[in-house]
Amino acid sequence: MIVKLKLSSLKSVAWHEYALRFALGGLATVATGLIAKFFGPVTGGLFLAFPAIFCASATLIEKHERQRKQQAGFSGARRGQGAAALDSSGAALGSFGLLAFAAVIWILLPAAGTAWAFAGAIAAWTLVSVSLWWAHRFVRFSKRRRSLSPRHEAIPGKSGPV
Amino acid sequence: MMEYVIRFVVGGIAVSFFAVLGDVLRPKSFAGLFGAAPSIALATLGIAIAQHGTGYAATEARSMMLGAVALWLYSMGVCRLIERYRVSALSATCAMLALWLVCAFGLQWLLLGSG
Repeated sequence: MIVKLKLSSLKSVAWHEYALRFALGGLATVATGLIAKFFGPVTGGLFLAFPAIFCASATLIEKHERQRKQQAGFSGARRGQGAAALDSSGAALGSFGLLAFAAVIWILLPAAGTAWAFAGAIAAWTLVSVSLWWAHRFVRFSKRRRSLSPRHEAIPGKSGPV
Repeated sequence: MMEYVIRFVVGGIAVSFFAVLGDVLRPKSFAGLFGAAPSIALATLGIAIAQHGTGYAATEARSMMLGAVALWLYSMGVCRLIERYRVSALSATCAMLALWLVCAFGLQWLLLGSG
């Protein structure tokens, strides 16, 4: 199975880190409401896709990966940065899902009602995000396989399956 | 005042829920999908429908599509900054917020007018 559930990683998150994300999420939601109140729904709507807790999440991911490597005796700086970069690339794919979510709400909400619009939007977010992640992974692995294959074939005297 | 307390609690719960999902799922690139989860949108749109009706929330959702495009550019920018220039995640994510604002307001100005 490619996607795994690792519940033990919850232990590495301190309680104040959960509290920080809760507070940032709450503040971002309040701020979005205030922006919509003062500047209208057109401007307020932009902030529904504002990366409000991205700074905190990426920093925590970087810190946890670095600490894990440091426990093994390495600096861990590059590992931490790599994990944060991977998280960002995942978010880039997820933003297409967010686009689909918003499009479904925009189209379905006035026509089909709240329940159907939200159900359809969550389904669209999941379908688009996960499909794009699979496609991205498939393309990346295909490229890697292609780039490795000629090198193996070029080794003189080597035969058999590559 | 009560409205903002409700916003704070509902938004905090929604964001924490998706953040925990991102914590427990592997690989990291898959968990990253939850960095772009509609957590704030779910909380805000629900309250907007209750307060102002479906038309108001649909208008917000239309603008949110532009915000999502800006989020894509933001995430790509953060990824590039970290990979290419080896800056810390905090520096990259904070620096790129300016890009999100420019893109979101630029797209709004181009496609929707001044609002």
